[in-house]
Amino acid sequence: MRYFDDINVGDRMPLGTHTFTADDIKMFAAQYDPQAFHMDEAAAAKSHFGALCASGWHTIAVWMRLRVQYGQREDAERAARGEVIAKLGPSPGFRDLKWLKPVYAGDTIAYASEIAEKRASKSRPGWGLVFARNTGTNQKGELVMSFTGSGFVERRPGAA
Amino acid sequence: MPKFYFEDFSPGWTAEYGPRRVTREEMIGFAAQYDPQPMHLDEEAARKTMLGGLGASGWHTCAILMKMIADNLLLDAASMGAPGIDEVKWLKPVRPGDELTVRGSVLSARASQSKPDRGFVSFLWEIHNGSGERVMTLICPQMLLRRHAGVA
Repeated sequence: MRYFDDINVGDRMPLGTHTFTADDIKMFAAQYDPQAFHMDEAAAAKSHFGALCASGWHTIAVWMRLRVQYGQREDAERAARGEVIAKLGPSPGFRDLKWLKPVYAGDTIAYASEIAEKRASKSRPGWGLVFARNTGTNQKGELVMSFTGSGFVERRPGAA
Repeated sequence: MPKFYFEDFSPGWTAEYGPRRVTREEMIGFAAQYDPQPMHLDEEAARKTMLGGLGASGWHTCAILMKMIADNLLLDAASMGAPGIDEVKWLKPVRPGDELTVRGSVLSARASQSKPDRGFVSFLWEIHNGSGERVMTLICPQMLLRRHAGVA
């Protein structure tokens, strides 16, 4: 992770893609979101979705994994160049999550994250809060989900 | 046949579900698959982070809430899913062994203007731990069929 002070609004991170299989969709649904349209092809066909589709929490959990893995790759490159890796804190929450289109079995979603806003933390000296607009786009180019996430990022020592 | 339709929810409706115990194994299992950050995976590493010890991924807490709402309400309701989530606040870490209780209330309800067969109910869901601390809140519009769909 870069220090809070080195992050710029507008910075965009392509996080990679993920293809959702019917088995994955049903496995996540059985554990966390057992509504019929996420569990069973025949029931989903009769629903307003028209076919088996992933739980919205599943599509967003995959975003999280790809975001963490992107950060790990970035940190490895930073370490290889001998640069300091800034600490990343937890997230206080998110807002404006929209599930815009169903993610059907077989769909491939390309995820991205773009820095939308940043501000120094008032309650935690040495830390800043970074807000990012996060998106998933299917193979047809349709936006399927978006939300504004947030997280604490360490400030450069002496910058605050 | 679903028991609950759009008409069954209006401000004043409340519910309480749980407690639901969250184990260390499932916390680490979810984190390993979806949120592999040290603060969610490893006690020793987590102690050095802002969480000050192992804490569940916030997405795991959301997923646990989803399952509790599904089992206690949505599977008996004419649910059409949710178009999104207005806001989630992660207020306190969820720790291994925490017993989570969920409280639901209705903020507002409105029939769809464009589609007479459905309506939107805005729910506030609050999660408390065993010590009575509020650990998470979530506000979301839930889409539900009307009881006499098409007869609007």
